[in-house]
Order: sequence, then structure tokens, then C-alpha cells
Amino acid sequence: MEHVELFFKSIFIDNMVFATFLGMCSYLAISKKVSTSVGMGAAVIFVLTVTVPLNWLLDQYILQEGALSWLGEEYATYDLSFLSFIMFIATIATMVQLVEIIVEKFSPSLYNSLGIFLPLIAVNCAILGGSLFMQSREIPTFGLAVTYGVGSGIGWFLAILAIAAIREKIRYSAVPPALRGLGITFIITGLMAIGFMSFGGMLTGGDEKKEEPKTEEAKIEIKKEEGKEKDAKVVAQNTNINK
Amino acid sequence: MGILSKKDAGLIKDPLFDNNPITIQVLGICSALAITAELKASIVMSISVIFVLGLGNVVISLMRNIIPSKIRIIVQLIVVATLVIIVDLVLKAFAYELSKTLSVFVGLIITNCIIMGRFEAFALGNGPWKSFLDGIGNALGYGLILVIVGFFRELLGSGTLLGFKVLGDPIEKTGLYSIGYENNGFMLLSPMALIVVGIIIWVQRSKNKTLIEEA
Repeated sequence: MEHVELFFKSIFIDNMVFATFLGMCSYLAISKKVSTSVGMGAAVIFVLTVTVPLNWLLDQYILQEGALSWLGEEYATYDLSFLSFIMFIATIATMVQLVEIIVEKFSPSLYNSLGIFLPLIAVNCAILGGSLFMQSREIPTFGLAVTYGVGSGIGWFLAILAIAAIREKIRYSAVPPALRGLGITFIITGLMAIGFMSFGGMLTGGDEKKEEPKTEEAKIEIKKEEGKEKDAKVVAQNTNINK
Repeated sequence: MGILSKKDAGLIKDPLFDNNPITIQVLGICSALAITAELKASIVMSISVIFVLGLGNVVISLMRNIIPSKIRIIVQLIVVATLVIIVDLVLKAFAYELSKTLSVFVGLIITNCIIMGRFEAFALGNGPWKSFLDGIGNALGYGLILVIVGFFRELLGSGTLLGFKVLGDPIEKTGLYSIGYENNGFMLLSPMALIVVGIIIWVQRSKNKTLIEEA
């Protein structure tokens, strides 16, 4: 059950693009055509599914405070968590390289469709962001880490597919010249993000209760009732940290 | 600017407006959007990026002749990651609250496309001094947008700037609030960041027609 919950939560509620703005650069750059965006989306799902669980293992058995206790008594107090950025990014870069080599060897047709996107992925913030959120949300088991990786990948895939479809259609509309291209894409993404916020109330139960004022209506009501700027800060933190 | 030649000054000035990394080159959007609900967070983020990009550009430029081109991405990532760890540790030591607000986005400076983009496009082909100026210029251009977005979101969203209540007190109904003004809580939510950046792009491109895209 918690797998299902985490799966849908990472696709819709904590959607990489709409809730945390990860992977925006490639999201904007590669969303001009549906066909290329599908390739990029598939590559992101693939790499996230591999790197998030891998970095989870790294975090659990090497980086966290006391994680080295399997080496022996004297290592039990080591805390290497300050190294996590460099370890995560090194893992991601190597994995991307490795995946590229393996795919090229065993499935040339898949390599041809993903090929151009794989090197781009090493510097896609969605990938590193996935690992860092995995760490900061303290995902408890290996299985859940896999679910989280797959779910966030699918969420990113959905987002880029949707915006690519919209951008293909928008060519036939009369957009003000200065807004054409980048500007209108930003504004549409903003509107889509507002739409995705309505998923915030979808899951109720467990820790979701704390996050209930996430939906816009509840927020505005709170603000009207109390009007304290403290609330505003809490809200800002909620949207930023999204824990 | 007396110390800088005209060309060097251009390296700093261009990225601020006509070749802005966010609105024109479309690099480094992620962090620009996620942390701009407060002006203070935007400023700290800008300073971190100025530090990382300025110094990183110099390091890469010094090493540009000895990096084998096949593994240059990994070398670049390691250089950035090291600088970002320094920033992260400094933030945790001196501004713990703020580092909680920025959460993973400090770490995400590593994959901020501005950094890799400037390494690839500039530092690998130019000397350290020019690369330094280029790095500072681009980071300033990035910071400029961040501060503008942060300014509007904090002012309209919670009626404060850097925590000061510039529009009066919403509870005691002073200042603007006495005539029925309300904060727009929606500005604090993440989607509005996208829309604010979209509007900035709109304004910039209507002023400078050469930037308008074809499609």
C-alpha cells in the first residue's frame, strides 16, 4: 500500500516539474516536438530508476552518520554526509556513461532513439534532485527508493509530453510576438502547475494531513481569516521544501 | 570602468541584459523558480552562484589544456561539486535557517545548467581572467532575474521586503491594509514564479525586438 501511495504521490503531488521545478532546462529545450520529448522522457525514467536506488544504497551504507558501522566498531561514529553531493553526482555521471555503453551494445535501436539525450541527462537537475530529495525525505527501504525513482521519472515524462503537445498546437494561435516561444511556454507551465496543485488533496492519510493547507483554497482562506504573515512563511516553506 | 578594457567590460555587461542566462539563453531555470518566494533567499542564492561560477570558471580555464576532452564532463562536475560543498557548509554554519529554506537547491547548483554551459562555452577556450569576468557577469545576470522575481513575489505575496513590513501591518490594519488591501497569497506558491518569469521575458522582448523568436 505504501508503495502505491508513494508512487502516485511522486507522479502527481510532488511532480518534479510542477512542484519542485527540477529539470526545467531540458524540459524547456527539448519540448518543441512530441517525438523527441518522448525519447527524453523515457531516458529520464530509465536513469532515475537506476540512480535513485543506487544512491540510496550509497547513502545508507557509506554516507550517513554511523553508516560505516558494518566496517567495524571504530568506524561507527563517522559522518560522511558532507560528501553526498560529490558522491551522488559521480555515481550519476558514471551510471549515465555505463548505461550508454550497455544500451549501445545490446540494443542499437534503443540507443539510436535515446542516444543524443543520454549525455544531456548527466547534467539534468531532475536526476540529481531525485537523489537529493530521496536523501532529505529519508525514504526508509530499498523497495521504496525504487518506487520513488520510477514514480518521479514518470511524473517528469508526463510533464514534458503534455507541454510538447501543447507547444505543437500553439503554433497555430496568435500569440503576441514578444511572448512567442519561451515566454508563452513559461506561462502555460505556470497554469499547468496550478492545475497539478489540485492533486494536493488527493491522498489523505498518514503524513498527508499535515500538508492539507497545500491546496490553494485552504491557503487563501487561512490567510483571510488570520492574515498573519507567519502563515505566509509557512506556506512558502511548504511549497519550497515540499516535504 | 578604468581597470577593464572595453571588451572585458562587455563580458560582464552583456549577460546582464542582452544575453541574460535565464531569459535569453534559458539556462539555470530550476533554482530560479523554486527559491524565489523570499527576497533574502534569492539574494543568498545569487551570491552562492556568483562564487561558484566565478571561481569554477577560473579553475576550469586553468586546467583547460590538461583535461582530456572525453572525461571533461566528469572533471567539471567534480570541480563544481567541490565548490558547492564549500558553499553548503558555509551556509549551514552561518545561516542555518536559510539553508533549511534552500534545502536541496544549494546542492542543485551543481547541475545548474548555467555553470556547465559557461564551462563548456567559455572557460574551455579562454584564459583565466576573461573566464573570471565571464563567470561573474553571467552569475550577476542570473542573480538580477532572481532578485527581481523574489522582490515581486515577496512584496505582493506577503507584503514584506527582506522581512520588513513595507506595506504596513496586516493584523493591525496600518498602512495600505487600512484601506482594504489584501496580500495575494497565491504569489507565494510555486506556479506564480513561472508566470512572473514569463512576464519578465515578455517585457524584455517587447523592449528589444531583436530578441523575438520566430516560431
